[in-house]
Amino acid sequence: MVNLNVSLAGVALKNPIIPASGTFGYGREYAELYDLDILGSFSWKGTTAAPRSGNPQPRIAETYAGMLNAVGLQNPGIDAVIAEEVPNIAKIFHGPVIANIGGFSIEEYAENCRKLESVEQVKILEVNISCPNVHAGGKNFGCDPKAAAEVTRAVKAATSKPVFMKLTPNVTDIAEIARACEEAGADGLCLINTLLGMRIDIKTRRPVIANRTGGVSGGAVFPVALRMVWDVYEAVKIPIIGCGGVSSAADAVEMMLAGAAAVEVGAANLKDPYACKNIIEQMPALCEKLGIENISDLTGGAHHG
Amino acid sequence: MQKTIFTLKTNREIAPDTYEMVFSGDTSSITAPGQFANIELPGRFLRRPISISHWTEGSMTLLVKAVGVGTEDLTHSDEGTAFDVLCGLGNGFSVDLIADNTPILAGGGLGAAPLYGVAKKMRERGMTPAVALGFRTKEDAVYLDEYAALGCKVYVATEDGTLGTRGFVTDIIRAHPEFDYVLCCGPLPMLKAIHSLEQLKDGQFSFEARMGCGFGACMGCTVPTKNGGKRVCKDGPILYKEEIVW
Ligand SMILES: Cc1cc2nc3c(=O)[nH]c(=O)nc-3n(C[C@H](O)[C@H](O)[C@H](O)COP(=O)(O)OP(=O)(O)OC[C@H]3O[C@@H](n4cnc5c(N)ncnc54)[C@H](O)[C@@H]3O)c2cc1C
Ligand SMILES: Cc1cc2nc3c(=O)[nH]c(=O)nc-3n(C[C@H](O)[C@H](O)[C@H](O)COP(=O)(O)O)c2cc1C
Ligand code: FES
Repeated sequence: MVNLNVSLAGVALKNPIIPASGTFGYGREYAELYDLDILGSFSWKGTTAAPRSGNPQPRIAETYAGMLNAVGLQNPGIDAVIAEEVPNIAKIFHGPVIANIGGFSIEEYAENCRKLESVEQVKILEVNISCPNVHAGGKNFGCDPKAAAEVTRAVKAATSKPVFMKLTPNVTDIAEIARACEEAGADGLCLINTLLGMRIDIKTRRPVIANRTGGVSGGAVFPVALRMVWDVYEAVKIPIIGCGGVSSAADAVEMMLAGAAAVEVGAANLKDPYACKNIIEQMPALCEKLGIENISDLTGGAHHG
Repeated sequence: MQKTIFTLKTNREIAPDTYEMVFSGDTSSITAPGQFANIELPGRFLRRPISISHWTEGSMTLLVKAVGVGTEDLTHSDEGTAFDVLCGLGNGFSVDLIADNTPILAGGGLGAAPLYGVAKKMRERGMTPAVALGFRTKEDAVYLDEYAALGCKVYVATEDGTLGTRGFVTDIIRAHPEFDYVLCCGPLPMLKAIHSLEQLKDGQFSFEARMGCGFGACMGCTVPTKNGGKRVCKDGPILYKEEIVW
């Protein structure tokens, strides 16, 4: 019997597989397809203070082994999520929920987290800092170690729940940002968010996505995500949720060997809504084949000093 | 929605680059005409959304035009090929809502596909559907015989006048002021032109959008409406006249 239990900053997960933010909504669509209680956790859609209608169409493009999206953080806003989605989540998922939080100012991040303090099911706050800071000329919080640390400190002061900072890969040295978050008190990290990219329609000579650029995700980004998890694992002590291009149990094992304590699965859910269920079902057999008794032993297992 | 395997039974070119593809498989998830199937293709990350034209227990017919790499591969598939399909997606047209009106089904190009399923449903209820179909030219016309065989009243318009009225489906509708309700599918400019016709009290409009998932999870397909953002894949693809913003 393989033990799939893992722990994220003291939060126990029955297995390391977590649907990634933005690809799982608030769980409703998938709950019609399978019992969500098989999941380790799930990370809900990035939620901001005010409702957001998102970017103009088109928002989606395709690439080899992946996709681009420019959804623009469309969400109903934190109050509506607490009033309408949280009670529904209570019906469809009984494990620990990861609340993904977006923000456009340090105060907004802190306020969003404060509002979730009394929401029992939310066990981890995942703070998406791939957002533009409206008070700093739109510069991404996640691209500047000082700004990333400031958000971390503000959020930590606003909550008693474990805080995982979700890092953007669109930086020169992700380990530097990771260290800044750790020093500012982060309980863990989640990486990576999407890689900035674009596609051009060769007939119309215009970008395919109305927003011009979009975030690349899916299998195409897996080696990039893996390398970043590897680098960050060497740089920090806090747990890492590995994310980016995972679509099979073998990918998840590889991500853990690079340093991930748990694994998020994003775009793969959009291609196959049963992706997480399949990975969880494949996992015991794969672990047995690899001689793994406790899956948590895999974390960082490829680092040999 | 159901994820299921469909096998290509017959594949017939019915107009240039346009194929009638009949698949066998479990169609129990289809509840209304105008719903769509999201088809996985080898080597492509995103599935391709295609309207379900009509179906029986165990078989589903799609009309597909090759316009890019995915539809090119799909339409050139061999009979017997198996596809992973998310079936029965979206809200579909409502035939119940047209009861007290004088409706016209209006299709542009392959918009003729889902409306055929509507016509079939209407015939089952003893109604005689009136159908206005618009094409660029005579060669592109599809399903005229099929609609006629079903017992529909069919009006045709071509842009170059090679078949039926010279002009657009809107010209046909305007020529028949008795039609006060529309169910339509076709290119955006056509939908917009129909939407502006004053004789129409109400109507159902089928929209397209680039999709990440096709089942409501990613917000990739959201369009603004008077009732807030709606997901074309889940809250649509059919939107109602009064809620549409252009
Ligand atoms: C609800 C719905 C119903 C449809 N019904 C039909 C139908 O019955 N018959 C038919 O022939 N076509 C239909 N289409 C259009 C069809 O989905 C596109 O022609 C097809 O996705 C193009 O793929 P491609 O790889 O050939 O083109 P490419 O341009 O190479 O595709 C690149 C990407 O853009 C997407 N894309 C391109 N054009 C469209 C489009 N018009 N709508 C949505 N996504 C697009 C593709 O899915 C793919 O992800 C429908 C679209 C929608 C949304
Ligand atoms: C359609 C879509 C929407 C996303 N929305 C969010 C979001 O709201 N917040 C966030 O932190 N990440 C968001 N992401 C990023 C994913 O959570 C994930 O970090 C990224 O896609 C890489 O993983 P993947 O390759 O498995 O998809 C989104 C990704 C996609 C594809
Ligand atoms: S395509 Fe994902 S929500 Fe519509």
